[in-house]
Amino acid sequence: MSGGATVTVRHSRVELALHRLRGGDGRPLLHLHGLGERSPTAVPDHLADWPGPVWALDFTGHGASSVPVGGGYFCELLMADVDAALAHLGPSTLYGRGLGAYVALLTAGARPELVRGAILDDGPGLRGGGTEPTTPYVLPEALETPGPPDPYALFELSHDVRPADYATTYARQAATLSGLDVALAVCARVRPPWLSAVATEPGVREVDRAGAAALFAG
Amino acid sequence: MEAPPVVLAHGGFDFARTFDVFAPMLAQAGWRVVAWDQRGHGDSEHTALYSWEADLRDAVAVVDSVSSDPLPIVGHSKGGGITVQFAAALPHRVSHLVNLDGLPSRRSMPDVPDHERTKLMAGDLGSWLDFRRSALGRSRKPGTIDELAERRGRMNPRLSREWLRYLVTVGGRKDADGWRWKIDPALRMGGFGPWRAQWAMARLPGLSMPLLAVLGLQPEAMGSGTLPIDIEPSLPPGAHVVGMDDTGHFVHIEQPRRVADLVLDFLGTPV
Repeated sequence: MSGGATVTVRHSRVELALHRLRGGDGRPLLHLHGLGERSPTAVPDHLADWPGPVWALDFTGHGASSVPVGGGYFCELLMADVDAALAHLGPSTLYGRGLGAYVALLTAGARPELVRGAILDDGPGLRGGGTEPTTPYVLPEALETPGPPDPYALFELSHDVRPADYATTYARQAATLSGLDVALAVCARVRPPWLSAVATEPGVREVDRAGAAALFAG
Repeated sequence: MEAPPVVLAHGGFDFARTFDVFAPMLAQAGWRVVAWDQRGHGDSEHTALYSWEADLRDAVAVVDSVSSDPLPIVGHSKGGGITVQFAAALPHRVSHLVNLDGLPSRRSMPDVPDHERTKLMAGDLGSWLDFRRSALGRSRKPGTIDELAERRGRMNPRLSREWLRYLVTVGGRKDADGWRWKIDPALRMGGFGPWRAQWAMARLPGLSMPLLAVLGLQPEAMGSGTLPIDIEPSLPPGAHVVGMDDTGHFVHIEQPRRVADLVLDFLGTPV
């Protein structure tokens, strides 16, 4: 099998684009893009040694996935996007950039039997909205939606609150319920509070980007 | 001349017609009462995404359609939480704020040890994701008016069967195979996420408009269990708190006359 195919996966009323970047046998690696990004069209160099197939998911409101009307984004919803992809792919290793790294963490904690390791890397939307809500703000009028990326996604997912102890709850679930010695690999150099806290949890390994995929390739 | 407006925000899994006894009491006193069905609820459209922020934006759209002058807003339960955030974000749009048992406190959060929380949350998350996987094909279970009233009675044990039967006829629709609640079957009770009750409470002290908070003190599943002592340290100057000892979470349904009189007295003469 070669790459190039795109599968449509349904998540409730949203149609998600799941791209096969490279075919092959064995456990898939699923790429999760950052905020405002879309899936790459080819396997990134640092993931080229992955022995199995490589897939990439466009989140709701991004890339070739559908753009809903009127917003309503939050990271747990994107976790369910990933779960819809996992329903199609079966047990997979996740690689997430920025926003995708946080969503990979959530999914690893919520589906420890399906996520066979998650790699958390730098990328847009890594920080989110900080550890506590900021001054409440309401967009003054309906946003025109020329997206993707959906401007509501850009706004809402950059304000998503990520307390450190909330993130570590997911890291602990991934570590204790996955049965993996290493459940999470952190290669992001930027460390917002949620990621600093996750990096010191048991079952989490700090690695450089080049060596991250090999950690879960066995 | 049109009467001055007051806007009502319903709670989660409710709809505007749950104000059908309470709202006319405000109208009889000279107010033009406006309530809307939140997205996915009642007669409003079902949508792909639901979130607190989206509900808040919808609330602003509703208020924009009513008046650009500051007006009184009344919110029950989740509608109370949304309208507190509304008032904190857009204080120039709100003349008075009434919160009907919509101030969650730390008391409403289950107190479980960390290691149990991890297992508990894993189960909740897995079951929520399972629900999301099957959300598209779902429909609400059909039944007779009595059956739907009986089912809702499990969440609303303090409300009369007569009222619940009435709610079915305004919050449900009659299909060929029976009555169904109109609410989007993709919506699900319960939740998880990073949100903390104290963050909502932290919005109270800075509110600049007069605030009336009514608490239903009889504990029930849908309620928050918040007591006057939980909110007193966070109240803005001059706020009124009324605890109703003999009443549950749905204060305006159990005691419409009493709550309407509290609200009318708080709002003063309609101008």
